[in-house]
Amino acid sequence: MFNTVFPYLLSGISVGGQYALIAIGYTMVYGILRLINFAHGDVFMVAGIIMVYMVASGVVPLWLCIPLVLVLTAAIGFVIERVAYKPLRTAPRMSAMISAIGVSYTLQNLVLYITGGLNQIYPTIPWISGSVTIFGATTKMVTVITPVLTLVLVIALVFLINHTKIGMAMRAVSKDFETSQLMGININFVISATFVIGTFLAGVASLLYFTNYTTVIQTSGAMPGLKAFVAAVFGGIGSIPGAVVGAFIIGIAENIIKGLDIILFKAGLLKGPAGLATFSDAFTFALLIIILAVKPTGLFGEKTTDKV
Amino acid sequence: MKQVIALILALLLMVPAFAMAETDKVVKIGVFEPASGDSGAGGKQEMLGMQYANLETPTVEIGGETYKVELVYADNGSSTDKAPSAAQLLVSSGVSVILGSYGSGVSIAGSEYFKEANIPAIGVTCTNPQVTAGNSHYFRVCFLDPFQGTVLANYAYSELGATVAYSLGELGNDYDQGLCTYFGQAFEALGGTVIHEDFPTNTADFTSYLTNAANYGASVFFCPVSIAYSTQIVQQAASQGAAFPILGGDTLDSNVVSNAAKGTNVDVVVTTFYQEGANEAFDTGFKAWLGEDSEAMTNNGGNDIIAGVTAMGYDAYYVALEALKAAGSTDSKAVMEALPGVTYDGVSGHIEFDETGDAVRNAAYVKKVNTETGDWEFVTEQTVG
Amino acid sequence: MSELQQPRKKPDRASILSVIIIAAVYIAVFIAEQIIPPTSMLFTVLKKGATYALVAVSMNLLNGFTGIFSLGQAGFMLIGAYVYGIFTIPVSARMDVYQYYSGGIVQFTVPVFVAMILAGLAAALFAFLIGLPVLRLKSDYLAIATLGFAEIIRALFQWDKLGPVTNGSNMLRLFPNFNDFNIRSASGEVTVYLSTLVPMLISGFCIALIVLLIRSTYGRALRAIKDDEIAAEAMGIRLASHKRTAFCVSSFFAGVGGAMLAMYQNTVQAKSFTTAMTYEILLIVVIGGIGSVTGSCLSSFLFVACSEWWLRFLDQKQVIGNFEVPLLRNGFRLVVFSIIIMIVVLFFRRGIMGTKELPDLFRRRRKTPNGGESA
Repeated sequence: MFNTVFPYLLSGISVGGQYALIAIGYTMVYGILRLINFAHGDVFMVAGIIMVYMVASGVVPLWLCIPLVLVLTAAIGFVIERVAYKPLRTAPRMSAMISAIGVSYTLQNLVLYITGGLNQIYPTIPWISGSVTIFGATTKMVTVITPVLTLVLVIALVFLINHTKIGMAMRAVSKDFETSQLMGININFVISATFVIGTFLAGVASLLYFTNYTTVIQTSGAMPGLKAFVAAVFGGIGSIPGAVVGAFIIGIAENIIKGLDIILFKAGLLKGPAGLATFSDAFTFALLIIILAVKPTGLFGEKTTDKV
Repeated sequence: MKQVIALILALLLMVPAFAMAETDKVVKIGVFEPASGDSGAGGKQEMLGMQYANLETPTVEIGGETYKVELVYADNGSSTDKAPSAAQLLVSSGVSVILGSYGSGVSIAGSEYFKEANIPAIGVTCTNPQVTAGNSHYFRVCFLDPFQGTVLANYAYSELGATVAYSLGELGNDYDQGLCTYFGQAFEALGGTVIHEDFPTNTADFTSYLTNAANYGASVFFCPVSIAYSTQIVQQAASQGAAFPILGGDTLDSNVVSNAAKGTNVDVVVTTFYQEGANEAFDTGFKAWLGEDSEAMTNNGGNDIIAGVTAMGYDAYYVALEALKAAGSTDSKAVMEALPGVTYDGVSGHIEFDETGDAVRNAAYVKKVNTETGDWEFVTEQTVG
Repeated sequence: MSELQQPRKKPDRASILSVIIIAAVYIAVFIAEQIIPPTSMLFTVLKKGATYALVAVSMNLLNGFTGIFSLGQAGFMLIGAYVYGIFTIPVSARMDVYQYYSGGIVQFTVPVFVAMILAGLAAALFAFLIGLPVLRLKSDYLAIATLGFAEIIRALFQWDKLGPVTNGSNMLRLFPNFNDFNIRSASGEVTVYLSTLVPMLISGFCIALIVLLIRSTYGRALRAIKDDEIAAEAMGIRLASHKRTAFCVSSFFAGVGGAMLAMYQNTVQAKSFTTAMTYEILLIVVIGGIGSVTGSCLSSFLFVACSEWWLRFLDQKQVIGNFEVPLLRNGFRLVVFSIIIMIVVLFFRRGIMGTKELPDLFRRRRKTPNGGESA
């Protein structure tokens, strides 16, 4: 039984870690601006496209591409905030959300135009693209690295938020936007920093994700973005630990669903295929609605939780 | 006043749409192909065949006069909801005959519009029977899925010695669903077992499906899916160390897929329409063109391996020219009436239509990837009586 | 707002003028259809525009008038489209359509208009069920939950086990479409073209019903909920039932819109009803002006015309004289289009119409009570 289920868990933990890194961007932005940044998933996709083109150009060596991509992605996050969200800060919240949808639309169409709508093959990064065998299941190195790296980054982030000046400012802004402004906190700086951190993590996620699933196309960011967002809501939007836990749960659940037919079949609970794999995406949302019906602010969405 | 200005600007934008002036003695052929989306890569390779044919033969004699052939493109975006407006665009631009599409679903979605406008369409590689069934305006130059599915099932059962097959299709993709069904029927008729599963559109993570196949004890993984998905499947199968070969239909016959399998231990076997080397003049001419035209080279996936769909696109263009000649007019109705009688010897073989409008074909090539060079290797030619 | 606060009185000049304009549009469409070849893109735009206008207005009823931020429109359209398809495919064609499910289990048809109403009712029923858990949620949570429901519905309709009804993930087709509204002579030649006029009439009729609802006391209660839920509740408006009704009514018309989309597309496939479709409709609502029915209608036609027709030339190489215009190739149209949308979202936040309606354009300008500028 373990041998049957383990590969699904492995896939789930890996993709969960990647969702977690994206979800943090959603949750941080929401914590501060109360804005669902629908474009976040597309920034993640753009990071993948930049990597493809940078490596294909052959000018920059591969080891330099990785930090460059991360810096560029963070810069994109910064620019998007300044251009598309800052002018709408005083407008109704729906305007900013619609602007986010507009940005998402624009990024997708821009990539469609640049790539001509063709799938781009993500470059192979040595070592992490290699194969490794654990408990009899063969997988890519990146599958194993992802959860570890995710946890390290999350711990670093929590440290940054709880023990640094900028972290304190972020906490203050998320608690009370206006008052913190009056207390002399540079709101624009804090918001930009939030976006830069969020998109930086999305950049890291894109490195891991696309090393695993090697095709990048303009719609590649949509589903992971949506699922990461669901993960953030699931965990209680605004809470970083919530987002991480939610992401892992969703990642594992969706992979178990894909294999549920055979798992149930082997356990003797199912006579033949039931086509449950059809619901691999839908189940994520069903889970979300169940949680929201029981706990309307998500798993960790208590008022006492640190919101960032 | 803003809204008035907006309206005026919008009206000004209309001007170029009307300004495209007609020049005399031009016959328009509509190209109804995906240039974006999941099937974008395949659609572009199919279009390359037509473009090359158009370069080679840019004019046609109709009723004693020489017409310049103009290809009119409409991108159906590989999706059935974008197909209607693309079809409308072709219809409204006054084409005499339409070629396409790569992908059966979009062909079915566009079909009604062509029918309504009395414009004949020549399917190039849409292999689902539903494309032409019950229609008098849709023709096709390729073989059909019941045939292809049988060939693949025979190959899997007899040549690969498989008794359990795992088939995977994309939800809502008529091509995948059709071919999986026919493959399943044929494979089970031979005495094998088939487990079929579907994945939702935009899936990138196929690891769990590959695990499923292994857990079911399948000895062949049949996935006649779009190029976008098949490259993912091949690469993920490689990194999981999958023990089974990957079997696919004509969509997988693309250098994009063979590149993905290059340097791995995964066997990729496909059935297809054309094997490089079958027509020397076409091969060398086409490759020379790719060498000169960098955009064409990019659209062909970056190297000059000829995809089966390119050869089919090339043949379809000539079939359209034959039909125009036979009709003696650029009137689409006349072309439709002339089409059933058209015969043509193309690079992919002899083409003539049966009473449904399907090409009479009983041979398919089986090819496999040489994982060292990334080339397609000829395995066998399969015929079903 | 100004219009609603006025006591009922005889229709004024502006209203009469508006009615005349709308009637003139319909007459113009009718005449155009008889003289312009039916293959013109104009009719494609009008048909799709009419469909989108209905869906956009139904979305506006929720987002603009009731303040419920729902993103489930594509899901309700899907239900409508499927119900329409399932009940109208001719029995003789069912073997072809349900080819993998030996003809399916539904072996009868209903008239087109009955099917459209059924489509709306089915969508409204689903909305009622979905509304039970979802409508209790607050803004963003509600948005994501409705979006999630649309995704679940999409998967459900694609499920192989429901194949005998929904044809699995395969497309439904061969049902009556807009062209069947044309009046044909015995020999099959079209004598009177109605394939554009009828969808526009259906859409116009449904929108008129929504406008009546908005202008009723019920509609005023919805606006009160939008402005301040707590105050509205204190005034004696029953929040839950009002919200639920608005949600069901909106879904009903989204379902009818879905049926119209099915007729426009000739085929229905669950795959195409994605969140991107909901976003597209939301953008239409925003461009038209959140809270303006006229705006939603105008922007639907503009949106469809731009994306399907007027901007198409950007996708092809254009040569003016000897100068080949740079940048133009497949996909450029969408880039330009999305930039236009961003400009509207950022700089014309009130959209084309703001909260004004057609008759307001003919009234003397004055400051509206909520201080909104007259554009």
